[in-house]
Amino acid sequence: MSSSETPSLYAAREPVFPRRVSGKFRTGKWVIMLITLGIYYLSPWIRWDRGPNLPDQAILVDLANRRFFFFWIEIWPHEFYFIAGLLIMAGLGLFLFTSAMGRVWCGYTCPQTVWTDLFILTERWVEGDRNARVKLWKQKWSFRKARLRVTKWIIWALIGLATGGAWVFYFTDAPTLAVNLVTGQAHPIAYTTMAVLALTTVLFGGFAREQVCIYMCPWPRIQAAMMDEDTITIGYRDWRGEPRGKHRKAEGAELLGDCIDCNACVNVCPMGIDIRDGQQLACITCGLCIDACDDVMAKIGKPRGLVDYLALTDEARERQGQPAKPVWQHVFRPRTILYTALWSLVGVALLVALFIRSEIDLTVAPIRNPVYVTLSDGTIRNTYDLRLRNKHGEDRPFRISVKGDPALRIQLEGTPYESVNVPADETKLQRVYVMAPRNSDPAILDRTDIRFWVEDLANGDRVYKDSVFNGTGQ
Amino acid sequence: MSSQDDKKNAEGIGTTGHEWDGIEEWNNPLPRWWLWTFYATILWGVIYTIAYPAWPLVNKATAGFLGYSTRAEVAEQIAEVDAQNAELRTALAEADLTAISENAALQNYAVQGGAAVFRANCSQCHGSGAAGVQAAGYPNLLDDDWLWGGTIDEIAYTVANGIRNEQSPDSHWSEMPAYGRDEILSDEEIGQVVHYVLQISGQEHDAAKAGPGEELFLNECSGCHMEDGMGDPTQGAPNLTDAIWLYGGTEATLTETVTNARFGVMPAWSEEWRAAGGLDQSEINAVAAYVHQLGGGQ
Repeated sequence: MSSSETPSLYAAREPVFPRRVSGKFRTGKWVIMLITLGIYYLSPWIRWDRGPNLPDQAILVDLANRRFFFFWIEIWPHEFYFIAGLLIMAGLGLFLFTSAMGRVWCGYTCPQTVWTDLFILTERWVEGDRNARVKLWKQKWSFRKARLRVTKWIIWALIGLATGGAWVFYFTDAPTLAVNLVTGQAHPIAYTTMAVLALTTVLFGGFAREQVCIYMCPWPRIQAAMMDEDTITIGYRDWRGEPRGKHRKAEGAELLGDCIDCNACVNVCPMGIDIRDGQQLACITCGLCIDACDDVMAKIGKPRGLVDYLALTDEARERQGQPAKPVWQHVFRPRTILYTALWSLVGVALLVALFIRSEIDLTVAPIRNPVYVTLSDGTIRNTYDLRLRNKHGEDRPFRISVKGDPALRIQLEGTPYESVNVPADETKLQRVYVMAPRNSDPAILDRTDIRFWVEDLANGDRVYKDSVFNGTGQ
Repeated sequence: MSSQDDKKNAEGIGTTGHEWDGIEEWNNPLPRWWLWTFYATILWGVIYTIAYPAWPLVNKATAGFLGYSTRAEVAEQIAEVDAQNAELRTALAEADLTAISENAALQNYAVQGGAAVFRANCSQCHGSGAAGVQAAGYPNLLDDDWLWGGTIDEIAYTVANGIRNEQSPDSHWSEMPAYGRDEILSDEEIGQVVHYVLQISGQEHDAAKAGPGEELFLNECSGCHMEDGMGDPTQGAPNLTDAIWLYGGTEATLTETVTNARFGVMPAWSEEWRAAGGLDQSEINAVAAYVHQLGGGQ
């Protein structure tokens, strides 16, 4: 290209046709795909008995009732810090894995990778392996090409629909929703969500693929901050492979390196890159090029690992003739240990919080408008709004009492008794009057510290909240 | 030059043609779909500003051909909720108020709705917390002292017809004589009556004045406030023996009250008596239910 004419700043996407490959990393990816997709598609169908008043779906995000169910754990809106904690753990976990093993998340478990893998798999079933697909792509439209394309798109659409469908099952009772979806009685939001997710799944997994990772995802950019010279990435041992060339005896093959320039590593790459150019932004470290190269090396009788998981420090060592450090020495270093410690700390804190949380919960909101009311007999009365949360799966009687001064008396709005019934898995707002007789200490003092006790009469559980009783201050 | 640069040259990748102080920029072309996405967002933006309210003009913004408005949407949602509650509204208007607390759904609707009615119409005088204005003639609705009765039916009647107004022929009416201004009692006698009232309400008093004050009280005051000073809710005569004072219970304020009398008024809120802004029966019942459950209802 001559430098005088202005080149285009835009280019069409180069289609990528990854070749089928087998090997230990490919097998690992199949297993991970099976597990992750299995969890995603199947977990809404797991049942979990919580008694008659609560849903029996093991994993359920009940937005309407503001509850999150996860097996035996039930999260209320005010316990959202559990979710925040889990997100922090997910973040720290990503930091840990990235600093130790580079883009292992991208290469193996990222939904974009997993679904793209699934879409490429179906593409191969329908259209054949790399060569057949390249040929088909170059062909003019014919009946056969149209048939193959339409078949592929229909399968993709079904996968997309199943993906969007599985998503909505997390938000309501799955079997009921499944029937409603089929009979056309489900809420429009369910259909819209499914349609949008189906569309994006097909678009991202079927058509955009590596473009999502290279141009849309912010994570590859952020990751650079977490990687260092000990981070394991995929590298090409160019000190062993170069100069590359076809090994033909007549051309002085003894001068060439181990790389026979067969392009196997390039052909299997789902990102369409050449790993021999070195580490690069587009590489998701999925390891398929390692499988492909190991295969070739075995065939030509050379040791495996021309393309391999390596850290930057390994290059320097190997160039000096030393062996690469074992993987565990790269992985265990202060940085990763710190990340692990932080991750565990948050995890332990969440577990402790989970196990010490009470099954009843109380908040007290004193009514401060006005701070007190004088009754006709001179009694000073304060009013409090108590929110009683019954996290049991059954109705519970709660007795409310107040401590702080023997003169204080309590009265519950709407009932002559000192206990109220709180329905299963609900919050009850109970207004409570606390009264101090004329000239008693709390009535005269400016303020008296008091403590509300709520006792579950069924099993003796009790919780308290502190508050203040306001007197006339005279 | 690095090996990367060599490679780019070998592959014929040019520069963008930009140069800053000898620094050139390799041409790493963006995918074309990105460009089309950019154009699509522009197109979307144009269509959006035509379809929805967007461009600010002098007085208002362009309306957009879809005619969408968040305000209209809110109005629609309010109408929807009103339609949903139509049955409860009818039931509330016709309800037997004394039995309303037995119907949890109706009671809840009445209290919530009543709170809204109260904030809009009553809080100006009685305060947003319904505590009134102490010692200034706006009664505290939270306590257990009621001038005109504190049952839910009596509260509803007071709301509908008000106190000492010209609007409703059925408004509560009573008037205390201005004993000093109209020279019914002398200043000395007023002082005696005041000290008697201080005595029966359990406050510090001068017994020498309270003694003759008792006879004056029985002659002049007991017709409304009763012989024992406990007052009479049918006449709106307050109980003078308790701890609650609408205009203050000190010697000075009591002297002022006896000398010049008081004439607290409240508008009639029933739409029957108001040209505009009146409450219908369901709203009256709702606010009565709300006030009744504030802690002093009888």
